[in-house]
Amino acid sequence: MYTVLFFILTGIATGYLFRKRKLSIVNQLITVLIWLLLFILGVEVGVNENVVRKFHLLGIEAFLIAFFATLGSVIGAWILLPPKPAKGDKENNTNL
Amino acid sequence: MKGSITILSFFAIGLLLGIYRIFPTQWLQYEFSFYVLCALMFSVGFSIGQQPETILQFKSIPRRVIFLPLTTILGTWLGALAIGLFTRHSLTDTLAVSSGMGYYSLSSILITQYKGIELGTIALLANIFREVMALLLAPILVKYFGKLAPIAAGGATTMDTTFPGIVRYSGKEFSVVSIYHGFVTDLTVPFLVTLWCTIAPNP
Repeated sequence: MYTVLFFILTGIATGYLFRKRKLSIVNQLITVLIWLLLFILGVEVGVNENVVRKFHLLGIEAFLIAFFATLGSVIGAWILLPPKPAKGDKENNTNL
Repeated sequence: MKGSITILSFFAIGLLLGIYRIFPTQWLQYEFSFYVLCALMFSVGFSIGQQPETILQFKSIPRRVIFLPLTTILGTWLGALAIGLFTRHSLTDTLAVSSGMGYYSLSSILITQYKGIELGTIALLANIFREVMALLLAPILVKYFGKLAPIAAGGATTMDTTFPGIVRYSGKEFSVVSIYHGFVTDLTVPFLVTLWCTIAPNP
């Protein structure tokens, strides 16, 4: 399964070699490939009765993972740069 | 936002065609999607390799903020571990889903390849939820967790879909940080998802 990583690394190297020529078509290609893959993913989910039946359970689990993952990352940001206590909006400057 | 809706409608159309068996499913057996995935990974890599000058811009970022992608990833994992103790899936599965960092298209496809359609579906939904939360909660996050919080919440999406909201609520001076964070986090997604999907043998 490291094939996937091989492709991304080869892609980076090739992209770097062609960095002088901006190939914006690649970004359009990415969009189309994502459409295609999400379409296929949709079909695969749809034909899988097991997954369709418990879609709501998967949704709840997904929500919980998303909520706690976001909360964790936000706490990380808070440790790195805590919010300034608002002094009547007088000091609204940020020291980046 | 418009782009996200288009992507999701492709998923929704596929879903309906699948449920009502309109789409010939023998297509799916030829590992067709795996080859498309490889083409996608190559293209994603290509577009990263094309922009070495983006990386040079990041020199202006203050030293402390350089660590933001790291705290985002570690925080995400700690959150995933906390909830992973209570979900039906293993901790490594939960960590893999969380490592999507809001990049739902890529992470769901990768996780489906590694772990099957059920976890892939969770990855799709979880990472959509993350993006939506980052979009909707940005003003609240700034107030209670500081100006870097909307960037951390946005994960891999902070250089595209959640970027406008971040600039609005955290301020213009955070735009380079936002792009830097999105760029680095985005790059980690395929690697970290692969890491957590392959670290433990399939049951």
